[in-house]
Amino acid sequence: MTLFATMPRCNRSFAPLIVLLATALWMAGPLAPLVHAQSPAAGPDDILIEGGTVLTITNGVRDDTDILVRDGTIAEIGPDLEAPDGIEVYDATDMYVMPGIIDAHSHIAVSSINEATNPVTAEVGVGDVLDPFEVELYRALAGGVTTSHVMHGSANPIGGQNETIKHRYGAADPDALRMEGAPRTVKFALGENPTRVHGEGNDIQPTTRMGVEQVIREALKNAERYAEAKRLYDAGERPAPPPHSERLEVLAGILSGDVIVHCHSYRADEILMLMDVLEDFGVEDVVFQHVNEGFKVAPELAQFGAGASIFADWWAYKFEVYYSTAYNAAILTQNGVLTSINSDSPELNRHLYHEAAKSQKYGDLTDNQALRLITINPARQLGIADRVGSIEVGKDADLAIFDEHPLSIYAIAQRTIVDGVTRFDRALDPDDMRLRVDPEASVDASTHGTHDHGVRCMQGAFLQATQRGLRLQHTHSH
Amino acid sequence: MRFLSLLCSLLLLTATVASAQKTPGRDGTFALTNARIVTVTNGTIDNGTLVIEDGRIAAVGADVAVPADAEVIDCTDLSIYPGLIDSGTQLGLVEVGSLSETRDYREIGELTPHMQALTAVNPNSVSIPVTRVNGVTSVIAEPEGGLLPGTAALIGLHGYTPEQMLLGGYEPVVLDYPSTGRRGWWDDRSEEEIEKQAQEAIEKLNAVWDQAALYARIDSAHAADPDANRRPEYSPAMQAMVPVVRGTQPILLKADASADITSALEWAAERGLTNQIVLSGAEEGWRVADAIAEAGVPVLVGPVLSTPSRDADRYDKPYANAGLLHDAGVQVAIRTGEAENVRNLPYHAGFAAAYGLGKEAALRAVTIAPAQIFGVDDEVGSLEAGKRANLFVATGDPFETSTDIVHLFIDGYQIPLESRHTELYNEFLRRSPGVQK
Repeated sequence: MTLFATMPRCNRSFAPLIVLLATALWMAGPLAPLVHAQSPAAGPDDILIEGGTVLTITNGVRDDTDILVRDGTIAEIGPDLEAPDGIEVYDATDMYVMPGIIDAHSHIAVSSINEATNPVTAEVGVGDVLDPFEVELYRALAGGVTTSHVMHGSANPIGGQNETIKHRYGAADPDALRMEGAPRTVKFALGENPTRVHGEGNDIQPTTRMGVEQVIREALKNAERYAEAKRLYDAGERPAPPPHSERLEVLAGILSGDVIVHCHSYRADEILMLMDVLEDFGVEDVVFQHVNEGFKVAPELAQFGAGASIFADWWAYKFEVYYSTAYNAAILTQNGVLTSINSDSPELNRHLYHEAAKSQKYGDLTDNQALRLITINPARQLGIADRVGSIEVGKDADLAIFDEHPLSIYAIAQRTIVDGVTRFDRALDPDDMRLRVDPEASVDASTHGTHDHGVRCMQGAFLQATQRGLRLQHTHSH
Repeated sequence: MRFLSLLCSLLLLTATVASAQKTPGRDGTFALTNARIVTVTNGTIDNGTLVIEDGRIAAVGADVAVPADAEVIDCTDLSIYPGLIDSGTQLGLVEVGSLSETRDYREIGELTPHMQALTAVNPNSVSIPVTRVNGVTSVIAEPEGGLLPGTAALIGLHGYTPEQMLLGGYEPVVLDYPSTGRRGWWDDRSEEEIEKQAQEAIEKLNAVWDQAALYARIDSAHAADPDANRRPEYSPAMQAMVPVVRGTQPILLKADASADITSALEWAAERGLTNQIVLSGAEEGWRVADAIAEAGVPVLVGPVLSTPSRDADRYDKPYANAGLLHDAGVQVAIRTGEAENVRNLPYHAGFAAAYGLGKEAALRAVTIAPAQIFGVDDEVGSLEAGKRANLFVATGDPFETSTDIVHLFIDGYQIPLESRHTELYNEFLRRSPGVQK
């Protein structure tokens, strides 16, 4: 309205266009060319982060260095950068700026986790059940996390598809969480969970690690034949295509390299088994998840080129993790295995920087080796290292700013930025950061009992689809 | 630091090669010299000596004579701290979480105060060495389940029988105060049901207490005049409650939701138990910190590394809880609530320190504060002459993950810095054969 008031002679018919142009210019910042204009609702904020110690991960540590963020990406890194007119300047003197943390194993912000009705369920995907209102997304931001690999559960030897999301907390559209262009991934699971759910629970294969192997082999063989039939049809050498199967489409994607396997696993023997199976089918990309006994077969993992995404120190919550060591990250790293540390938990994901720091307690990794475990390494495992995981010009402006070195126990995240947008600000955010409030809920109901195994019970959620799972939720079942 | 830990690994490796058995602890007279000594109760000595003799700290100070027969350990550039105390765990009571045959912390029944955690503590649990090599030398091992799950025990983490491990005879009875809140996402009871069940549980608690008081009176009358007064009809649970209602056995009262804490404090006041209770858990203690402070009840707070109990609460409340309670004037000690990962106690303390408690108070919350709360501050909790030699030597701040522990003593025994985790590290860091045999 003030715009009209200051332009009394303006032809009214052009007024809306002028408003639009002015808005676009204002959104893009005074010096930005018009082509960079974003729609008003989605426009990321430009920001100059001044004088911090920049932990680039891929190009060393740079003291007293500025980072200029424009249009959601890192535009410039260097000393004494000039602040464009009107840009927000964040004084990071005496602070540490690191890439946004990447959690390669999470079950955050989804309304269901397991389709535990069949040993093979590659057709489903957690991307269909994203919940952008989940306050855990915010709490993870408060620990510097900007990207999470949201995974299907571990009930089935071949579970559903996962979804790589960005913590764009504040968006109401579930699709806004998706990291556009991230490679597709699918969950596999070996060992106690699938054998308990299907063998013990439903009296069908698998109930042993032998059975797990054969379930996977049969599924991949079917996918191979399916893909072959489609190829023959496309080449005119077969009169009809095979009956469409969404499940086999996804599995065929594994064989063609379009879908990366992320496999829940613990024991050394089952890890070797899956590498053998994948080798037989010509599949090259695999990341083992949890992989508590990965240290025992580190040379084999390195030779295959498999990734390992592990807990810093979780062990003994079930028998297949009894022979574990917290030195897993160090042994894997020193043997040349691409290793990350993940959370699998809405509690652990709040302090992944601390989990990474434990690799210095258990095995003396350097600062940069430790930080790689939660930045560029998981980025590579998820196939998104061209966009995130380090502070480099041209990459997404996903940044976490800490008051102390993030590997220090005393470090507190001050700001977390996703695509240039500040999504967490310790200094400004109010206590209650819920996006949606249930008017029916009692205000004084606290959700934890006296004996608090709440964290792990949440982990047990992956078994919620089975009656047995409901009985098992009080046990530690990752 | 790196050199030290390398040296340490080499020594460990030698030990492992020499014997497939776990290296036992070794007692003797030790003099730790040239050390920075963080006594906790009497400040920090920049360059001092600490002498260990007959399982105890014989002397500590800047000018301490080294006994002729002492084994001297040069601690230049190193710091000595008292062993850390975890005020609430299930260490030794469970070996593998998911396997019921290895879980011994939860007996069947609502009223089982006669169950003793000490009975089920496995001195040879694989988790114990894993815990103590991180500087944790004593823990409360506690049972759970029902209203009165049994007695907890304060144990030292070196010994071959539970009796050898029991520290100061501290075995409080656990009272899991009735909870009014939802117990988790799976709890689909209506508000009315929750309220009703909580009310019934408190009525039951009162009934149990009245019954126990009556039982104790009959027992006293019988003791005073066995001929005139019959013995009470034997009830193991009631028998176990006698020292509790007589006020000689402390009560570890578990409550987390603020409404439960308030209710528990009122209940304890009505029953004259305020000086007998120690609050454990207190997840929402910060919400009612003033009331706790006014009651003068100490709090075993934690786990610090946990999520807020309500969606509407600020994300850092579990980290800040200990500091907020401390600021209100409450005496706080820290508990992890863990079993196999009690070793993370220094990190729970570190987070509490960072989010408001401060480093000094956080160190006290895992040393002298719990020792005072459990009435064993003449035994442990600080580096003072006469106390048990429960201590560790570290390369720096024990709350930082970059710090290595290079020596560990429990009851004067030098404990090898070995655990399943170090053994597997030594075997597999450079596995031989590698890929090719």
